[in-house]
Amino acid sequence: MITSPLGAYITRTGPLHRLRPGLKLTGLFVLAIAVIATGGWIWTTIALMLGVTLALTAGLRGRDFWRVARGFALIAVPLFAFQAWSAGWLRGYEVVGDLFALILAASAVTASTKATEMLDTIAWALRPLGRFGVNTERVALTFSLAIRMIPSIQELARETLDAARARGLERNLRARAVPLVLRTVSEAHLTGEALAARGIGD
Amino acid sequence: MTSFGSTPIVFDGAAVVSPEGIEILRPTTLTLSEPCVSIIGANGSGKSTLARLINGLIEPNSGAVRVGELDTVRDGADVRRAVGFVFTDPAAQLIMPTVIEDVELSLRRTHRDAQERRAAALTALERFGLAAFAERSVHTLSGGQKQLLAIATVLSTSPEVLVADEPTTLLDLHNSTRIGDLLLSLPQQVVVVTHDLDLAARADRTLVIADGSVVFDGEPAEAIAHYRASVAR
Repeated sequence: MITSPLGAYITRTGPLHRLRPGLKLTGLFVLAIAVIATGGWIWTTIALMLGVTLALTAGLRGRDFWRVARGFALIAVPLFAFQAWSAGWLRGYEVVGDLFALILAASAVTASTKATEMLDTIAWALRPLGRFGVNTERVALTFSLAIRMIPSIQELARETLDAARARGLERNLRARAVPLVLRTVSEAHLTGEALAARGIGD
Repeated sequence: MTSFGSTPIVFDGAAVVSPEGIEILRPTTLTLSEPCVSIIGANGSGKSTLARLINGLIEPNSGAVRVGELDTVRDGADVRRAVGFVFTDPAAQLIMPTVIEDVELSLRRTHRDAQERRAAALTALERFGLAAFAERSVHTLSGGQKQLLAIATVLSTSPEVLVADEPTTLLDLHNSTRIGDLLLSLPQQVVVVTHDLDLAARADRTLVIADGSVVFDGEPAEAIAHYRASVAR
């Protein structure tokens, strides 16, 4: 049901699942800097192997793995074509490979970290800001809601497309976009109402 | 958890007017202290508005709504802590990805420690027979299970009053009966807005709403007869 590259926790026990979320986030950050700082196809290949290993360790296997790869392909194919045409196919491989490695590593973090753990970590990391009047719980909640909304909006997009298709309007951009925007806003409103009703963020 | 009747819900000339100037709820004065009050009436008659006034999701444009000593405008946050709210569509209410995490979200305020919070959440799930689904994604639950979970998350914080806005509208007969049984068995005072007349009949008192006013208030059987007659006319 959830077909997002992010926001999909996979229930299992593995080395990445046991690691503290703060450590995983820091690791991801360091990896991102390293990938950007290094150049050349050898480093890209190493990063890719690392990304694949992390994803597999986190439990992103089979269909879950291909779901992430398919999502990226939408960007990867045109990006590779453009890079290959403008700077050579080796450069194309580096750009697309680096990005894919990072997406795999990021997906490994979300697949192995529960939303609540992420929430606790963000709230903990922001604690120093609490002194300046920042409501850290609320900021953490905003993060988790943003992650949660990605699959929700994709679900809405699919439903809207189905509705357009049922009326033979699948080629009509307006029939697909307008209801999606309206329903996204209405969903946000409902979520806000539910949060208020549950006394969260009061 | 407080015993029923100790926190009467009081509507004191409360009225709601839409920004366009349409009267959604005409000035209403009521005191609800029965263990279970049901509210019936046509679509768009103002039932949901009445329900949302109780926990301050909607504020009255004039008059006041009080739950015990708390005023829904002045003490909004405290009112929402005292009054749990269950929506028609549980999907809108369930926020976190897994079942247990959604309960934990409600418990964040009362349980600072992650371990204690998890234990409390598990206890809440056990009470409603949902413990086996703790690690499941909320999307994989059936409609009945989702509504049960929505009620479990709301009750996990032990509110004094539970307001439910058409909680059985999306459910099949079996699940409607189950949710109805659950609502009636709670120690909390329950206010339920419903089109399910069987459920409405099981309350201690029933309000019939039409065009933004309470047109009948009394015994459930008489109220339902009044509502049926108003439709037949």
